Amino acid sequence: MVFATASAPARTPIVEVEHISKRFPSADGSTLTVLDDVSVTLHEGEVVALLGKSGSGKSTLLRTIAGLIAPTAGEVRYRGTRLNGANPGVGMVFQSFALMPWLTVQDNVELGLRAQGVAAEERRERALQAIDQIGLDGFETAYPRELSGGMRQRVGFARALVGRPDALLMDEPFSALDVLTSENLRNELMTLWAQPDFPTKAICIVTHNIEEAVLLADRVLVLGSNPGHIRAEVPVHLPRPRDRRSPTFEAMVDQLYSILTGRDETSAATRAAVASPLTTPLPDVTVGGLAGLVEIVFAHDGQTDLPDLADELSFEIDDLLPLVDAARMLGLLEVEGAQAFLTDTGRGWYTADIQRSKEIFAGIVREKAPLVRAIVKALENSNDGGLRDDFFRDLLRRAYTAEDIEKQLDIAIDWGRYGELFDYDADTGELVLADVAAAISKEIAPGL
Amino acid sequence: MTLLRPFASNDASLRARSQLFADILVLLAVAVGLWLLVVLSHGISEPFNRVTAPSSVSTDPWNLPYFAARSLLRMFAALIVSTIFTFVYATAAARLRRVGKVLLPILDILQSVPVLGFLSVTLTIWLTLFPHTQLGVECASVFAIFTSQAWNMAFSFYNSLTTQPRDLDEAARLLRLTKWQRFWRLDVPHAMIPLVWNGMMSFGGGWFFLIASEVISVNNHVYALPGIGSYAAAAAQHEQVGRLVLAIGVMIAMVVGVNFLFWRPLTAWAERFRPGDTSAAEQQRSVVFDLLRRSVVPAVVGRVLHPGTQFLEWVTRPLGLADNPLHVSPGRRRAGDVAFTVVVCVLVAVGLAAMLQYISHETGLGQFGVAFGLGMLTFVRVIVLLIVGTAIWVPIGVWIGMSPRVTRFAQPIVQVLASFPANFLFPFFTILLISTGVSIDFGSIVLMALGTQWYILFNVIAGASAIPNDLREAAINLRLTTAQKWRNLYGPAIFASWVTGGITAAGGAWNASIVAEVVSYGGHTLTANGLGAYIAQSTADGDFAKTLIGVAVMSVFVVGANRLFWRRLYTLAETRFSLS
Repeated sequence: MVFATASAPARTPIVEVEHISKRFPSADGSTLTVLDDVSVTLHEGEVVALLGKSGSGKSTLLRTIAGLIAPTAGEVRYRGTRLNGANPGVGMVFQSFALMPWLTVQDNVELGLRAQGVAAEERRERALQAIDQIGLDGFETAYPRELSGGMRQRVGFARALVGRPDALLMDEPFSALDVLTSENLRNELMTLWAQPDFPTKAICIVTHNIEEAVLLADRVLVLGSNPGHIRAEVPVHLPRPRDRRSPTFEAMVDQLYSILTGRDETSAATRAAVASPLTTPLPDVTVGGLAGLVEIVFAHDGQTDLPDLADELSFEIDDLLPLVDAARMLGLLEVEGAQAFLTDTGRGWYTADIQRSKEIFAGIVREKAPLVRAIVKALENSNDGGLRDDFFRDLLRRAYTAEDIEKQLDIAIDWGRYGELFDYDADTGELVLADVAAAISKEIAPGL
Repeated sequence: MTLLRPFASNDASLRARSQLFADILVLLAVAVGLWLLVVLSHGISEPFNRVTAPSSVSTDPWNLPYFAARSLLRMFAALIVSTIFTFVYATAAARLRRVGKVLLPILDILQSVPVLGFLSVTLTIWLTLFPHTQLGVECASVFAIFTSQAWNMAFSFYNSLTTQPRDLDEAARLLRLTKWQRFWRLDVPHAMIPLVWNGMMSFGGGWFFLIASEVISVNNHVYALPGIGSYAAAAAQHEQVGRLVLAIGVMIAMVVGVNFLFWRPLTAWAERFRPGDTSAAEQQRSVVFDLLRRSVVPAVVGRVLHPGTQFLEWVTRPLGLADNPLHVSPGRRRAGDVAFTVVVCVLVAVGLAAMLQYISHETGLGQFGVAFGLGMLTFVRVIVLLIVGTAIWVPIGVWIGMSPRVTRFAQPIVQVLASFPANFLFPFFTILLISTGVSIDFGSIVLMALGTQWYILFNVIAGASAIPNDLREAAINLRLTTAQKWRNLYGPAIFASWVTGGITAAGGAWNASIVAEVVSYGGHTLTANGLGAYIAQSTADGDFAKTLIGVAVMSVFVVGANRLFWRRLYTLAETRFSLS
């Protein structure tokens, strides 16, 4: 087994990513930066994890390494040659398995060899061997739809490995599977990796699961969002097989947690002097979810360790972090390292009765959620207290894709409606201040 | 490549016997099919003389089986050509960036152009290509059917190509599949279900064109091909009602038979290409497909063909990998774009100028005004047809669709009605018009409606049967009156399907006007005022310039209505009245 150490001299690089940036056109024609000046090198003999929240561009980074998308600036090299198409030396495992539903297990596995022009007899032999190795024997003639998720991902692994790739890329390979199945597959993968004759020389895995990163990787690269960049590089020197319950393991997880939740100096939100709807997007959470988090922290005497909390609820950070982010944005929680504390505002909000808690929430989002604040201000300044949603769509167009604009508006409308700040008529697309709307409906139905 | 897996059953001895039976049946069917092909192709290569070519066929009933087979051969020839065209054209449109920008609008226009108007134009070309055999006229007929099928199928394939799941595309690229491998392993399988269903629909629509194209009158000369359509035409000419009825019977048998022996098994087979875990709401079943599955013949054929597929994979390897270069120099790309645009624009401009010059020389540009005026008349007919068709068929469609029992019973009938070529029935209505003295100016609306109204009914049934049960129960529970139910539930729920049916019906009606505005029975010929009659007449007179004007004006009407009216309704249906 290879224990990659950060200081090992002259490790042979397989894939080198140098100063790449990736920009997409945004909805109004200007550019959105998804990755900003990222450099990564994948060496022989190491497992690298790319860890980040959703929207940190980690999947984009993996796809640039795979040669599936072109970086806007910078370059990607495989064994010294600049990529100009799909990377010839990598196999990839997808979150969604990406199996051809109309081919049997064996045909799916053989597909990669067929592409290389391997003769039929050898193709069959090698495919059967890979199927055997990954524990799929007996299922050769089954179709993917007849298999469980775990078995399908095994086919995904067999297909990626049968071509004996130099490096194995994995895009959240276990996140569509249940806990036990993914644990099982992870262990089997690591057993294969430990075999001396395993032909693949490096593994790069994208994940949003901190424990998974610590379990698998020799090196964890933490990605920050808006725009995507590398926030920290953390070597993992734990001996294998790794024990989740060991104190060093837990310390490692805590460290990564506090990096992920900590203030990010490079992010656009922190750089801007005043938070605006363009620099500070609203986290994608519902008011109910937010209330649930505050309630749980309250029940823990107003203080909790976030990794423990996630563990307790069998959450992953992608589920928990947007809630924590939203709670921090609204000043309901404070976070130090991996510890979360309930603020007085949060306590006040949770303990108030329904009507009062709505009022408190209205006050908070009006002040602290940039997009909600912008909407309320604009409505107050409009002639009749009403505006079309297209107005806000146009305002958001500079910083978001069309899809994200809809998401941001949905969140703001959800929050604003709950706080009874404004009303929204989905048919006409009209946003109206709540008190104005109330006055109108009284006029229409005076009898009520 | 084994396409069909042998059927697995528990009872071994029963299985052996039923398999033997299936094998014998399949082999016999293959042998008969080959024999038929040989016999029929003899007829096609018969010598042909432009002057003495028959303008009518015998109406002896004993000829009917042979005629029917010839018609079927034409239909399937057109289907094969359409499929090949679909593969090439749609792939080019989806994969070649610049070419696609031109191919796609062309497809969009061709889809709404009245193809019957082209028939005469192409016949001249085919007769020049094959001057000495019947193949020329045969090709013209096949081409007419092809033009009624190909655009829809190409569009469906193009849509599938552009909506491929991203992960499958990425997997194909990373596995370094060659272009050929990707086409057969990913592109075609992923497009299979929509393509088969679209092919089935287009095939149904193709019967109409088969009937219309077996007797072609061009340049003051009438060419008749042996076929079911020309048989009916001859029977109408000789006022033999009994033989007309017989032809209708054979026609129905053909529609039903092709459905049973070809499309049902094909749709059942295509189910294996359904992506992911999703399964169809209703399992496609087919007796013929079950028979094929029981038999080992398909597997044996697959094994025999295996070296062939291997060889093709090897031969096409130099075409390269199914991957695009990541880095393209923007300067060169821009230069290429500009050059391409300039060339296309110049070609179009030159062509347009030459065409206008030709027209002004032949008939004068004033004919555009005449054609436009006649177009308005036909347009009014189409509108009346849609309104009346909607008023009649929407309530009936909702009634059928909401009752699963009636749907199961009525759906196949409506399907047959929709694909039954309405021009078969024209002689009967002509008799009716002649005997009652109703003007063809009004009667042609009925004739146009004969073939196209079914699209409205068909789609409304589908829409109504998709109304969720809970919504209907809620409506009952809220004690909504019938009017309230229509306004709040049925109307919004079937709106999208009505729009789909309406577009198809309107497009079909424009096309049908070419054969519906001029009809004849025996010695009588009735001619309506309208654009369809204008095109039909100028075609028969061999006045190419006028035909061109007529077709161009009709295309403008159809495309204009689609852009200004139907597309808006479509957007409305998608955003406002979507059930999901």
